[in-house]
Amino acid sequence: MSALLACHECDLLTQLPPLPPRGAAYCPRCGSVLVRSKPNSIERSLALTLASLILFAVAISFPFLAMKTGGFEQQSNLVTGVWLLYAQDMTGMATVVFLTCLLFPLLQISTLLYILLPIYLKYRVPHAMQTFRFAIKLQPWCMMEVFMLGILVSLVKLAKLAEIVPGMSLWAFALLIITSAAQVTVLNPHEVWEALEVPNDSD
Amino acid sequence: MTPIEMTAKGAGMISCNSCHMLCRPQPLKNNQKPFCPRCGAALHSRKKNSLSRCWALVIASSILMIPAQILPITITSALGHTQADTIVSGVIYFMHTGMWPIALVIFVASVFVPFSKLLILTLLMLSVQLRWRWRPRDRTLIYRVTEIVGRWSMVDVYVVTILVALVKLGAVATIDAGPGAAYFAGVVILTMFAAEKFDPRLIWDAMEDVNE
Ligand SMILES: [Zn+2]
Repeated sequence: MSALLACHECDLLTQLPPLPPRGAAYCPRCGSVLVRSKPNSIERSLALTLASLILFAVAISFPFLAMKTGGFEQQSNLVTGVWLLYAQDMTGMATVVFLTCLLFPLLQISTLLYILLPIYLKYRVPHAMQTFRFAIKLQPWCMMEVFMLGILVSLVKLAKLAEIVPGMSLWAFALLIITSAAQVTVLNPHEVWEALEVPNDSD
Repeated sequence: MTPIEMTAKGAGMISCNSCHMLCRPQPLKNNQKPFCPRCGAALHSRKKNSLSRCWALVIASSILMIPAQILPITITSALGHTQADTIVSGVIYFMHTGMWPIALVIFVASVFVPFSKLLILTLLMLSVQLRWRWRPRDRTLIYRVTEIVGRWSMVDVYVVTILVALVKLGAVATIDAGPGAAYFAGVVILTMFAAEKFDPRLIWDAMEDVNE
């Protein structure tokens, strides 16, 4: 009974075969991935989430970009940059950048830590289910990699106007994109749900 | 793999939208809504009001798309000369100045992707409502790709905000965000919600009806 699964894309019921390590099971009707076996999923995504947290702290505390024009250099920071936009009456745009590139990624990292660390240390925390559901919903709205592409486009566009020097925080931000993407690939949500399940609820 | 030629819905079961656990909803007393015994999310066999919500969001974003493409997204002033650029005139400017990769990135992210997304979602919803049986596997794949690619359209919104912030710092010229930029951000956000509301299982429900 536990090996029966409905396809997320087409609702077909499938009896799951035992998965080989690093193997995946596909829906026989629509071809989408039903489950993928991911060894050491919890440990590896916990490590990557911790790395992301450190990189996030670096990314918001150091200069992001510096602009050199006519002998003087002006530095900008990720947080003060967003603040500057608010001061310029670009409230809507500033909010979009603030949410998708700062608040949501930070929430994503902290909610995952709240879920994964207790699973790893084998104790229970309150509201774990709701928190993990929230983390999954939040994921498409963390757009740091899209922001990075935006930075590259802007740098090329401004190349004629001024010399732009990438700051320490830009490199941290680039690494943060890699660790976050790796964390998403490594994490197996099925394993998390199973770990969070309350044993012998009503039986 | 042993396929059982039956859907969860056909078997009276519901796959939880949140944790994908296969549940058999218990008989309910006094208007209780069924919920997943594992993760606690409300159980719906198909996403709730999927088509009407998706239609509403697609129509709203199509309306916002008009000012987003017509109104300027940046207003540049340097040495007493002011220039307003829309998304398309920005792409043409990049092509003229030989910056082909940038022209391509902006064109794909700000014109090609959002328009195709609206078109694809409209066609998918029509195909469900008219109960088409045409290539459900490809339609499912197209939906999945559309959902994943949509967020990259946000790149132009970021470019505008980064330019405004950086150029203000450098004080060489001034760039201001035009009203089109905010409308465009609205288009991207609404189409992301629209794609999320569509339920690909509806594509396959039409196939079930004929089998029966
Ligand atoms: Zn399927």
